[in-house]
Amino acid sequence: MPPRIAAIPLVSSHRELYEPCDDSFALVDALLADRTHLIENNPKVCMEIGCGSGYVITSLILLLKNEVPGVHYLATDTNPIATRVTKETLEAHGVHADIVCADIASGLEKRLAGSVDVIVVNPPYVPTPDYEVGMEGIASAWAGGVNGRTVIDKILPVVDILLSEKGWFYLVTLTSNFPAEICLMMRKKGYASRIVVQRSTEEENLLILKFWRDKDEECQDKEISSSFVSQFSKSISSLMEKQWR
Amino acid sequence: MRLITHNMLSCNIKGVTNGFPLRIEAGNVIEKEVEFNPDFLRHMFAKLEWKALVEGARSMGYAELPEDSPDAAVLESDEAFLKKLHHALLELHLEEGALVCPETGRKFPVNKGIPNMLLHEDEV
Repeated sequence: MPPRIAAIPLVSSHRELYEPCDDSFALVDALLADRTHLIENNPKVCMEIGCGSGYVITSLILLLKNEVPGVHYLATDTNPIATRVTKETLEAHGVHADIVCADIASGLEKRLAGSVDVIVVNPPYVPTPDYEVGMEGIASAWAGGVNGRTVIDKILPVVDILLSEKGWFYLVTLTSNFPAEICLMMRKKGYASRIVVQRSTEEENLLILKFWRDKDEECQDKEISSSFVSQFSKSISSLMEKQWR
Repeated sequence: MRLITHNMLSCNIKGVTNGFPLRIEAGNVIEKEVEFNPDFLRHMFAKLEWKALVEGARSMGYAELPEDSPDAAVLESDEAFLKKLHHALLELHLEEGALVCPETGRKFPVNKGIPNMLLHEDEV
C-alpha cells in the first residue's frame, strides 16, 4: 500500500490563499521519493516555512508518522489566514503541528539554531517586479521579485542557522531562479545538493532541490562548479526538449 | 501553542537582547492527549530551558514539574517524572492569550492556538 499523503478533499482553503498546485505536488513527490532515507535519518524536529494550505506539512507528517513516531513538527507562514487554514487541514487529517505566524522563522531562530532535521520550503518563486513581493493577500504566495529570488535569498541564511548537522533542506525552484547559482551559494556555506524531482508543466520548469551539510571540505569551488554546471545543463536541456516536443 | 514551542520562542524585536522566555498570559488553555514517547522526551530535554518550562507550565495551570532541572538518572528511569514532562510539554495548548516580551512588554497575541510573531514596521 503506498504511503498516505494529504488528501485534496480534506485540504482546507480560502479565497486569499494559494491552493496546492503542481509545485506543492512536486515537493511532496520529492519527499515520497526520499521517504526511506528520511526515515533512516530519524528526524526529531521538522519544519515547513511558508505552510500555505497545510498540504505539504500534513503530507510530511503522514508519510513519516508510522515509522518515526516521536517528532516535533513546526509550520510557519507570514499570512495569518494560512496559519488558520493549515491548522484546519492538519485537524482534518488527524495530525498535529505547532504553527507560528511569523516572517520565515522570526522568533524561533535563536532557540532552534542547529536543531531542525528537516526543513521544507515552497517559496514565492515567480519572477515579478520587486514591489509585488510581500504584498498582503494571495500574491505574497508567489511574488518573488527579480529572478524570483527575493524571498528565497532571505530564507537561505535562516535555513543555514536552523538546520542540524544531519539536517536536510528541500526547496522548490524554477529554472528561472538560477538554481545552479543557489546551489553554488549553498556550497560556499558547506552544503552539497542534488535535484530530487524535476517537472515541466505548461507554465513552469520546476526543480525540487535537496541540500545537506557536506563535511568533505576538499570538494571546493572549481570541481563542484563544473559538475553543477553540467548537472544543471543536462536537466535544463532535457526540460527544454520536453517543451519543444 | 504548546510549551515545546513556547520554549523555542523569543522576542524578535530589533535590538532586544533579553527576549526569552516570553511570559504567558493564559486566556484559554485546553488539554489534548498525545502518545507518550520517552525517547523523544529525552532527546528534546537537552534543548529545553528548564526554568522557562516550569514557569510556562505554571502560567497554564500546571504546577507539577520540579523547580530544579532533573539529572540524567531521573530522565533515564523515572517514568512518573517523564509522564509529567510529557504532559507539560506536549499536552497543554494555549488557545487564546498572549506572550509578553520580558524586556519591552510587547504582547504577541495567541489566537486559536497560533502565536502571532509578526512585527510592526518600526520593530524590525
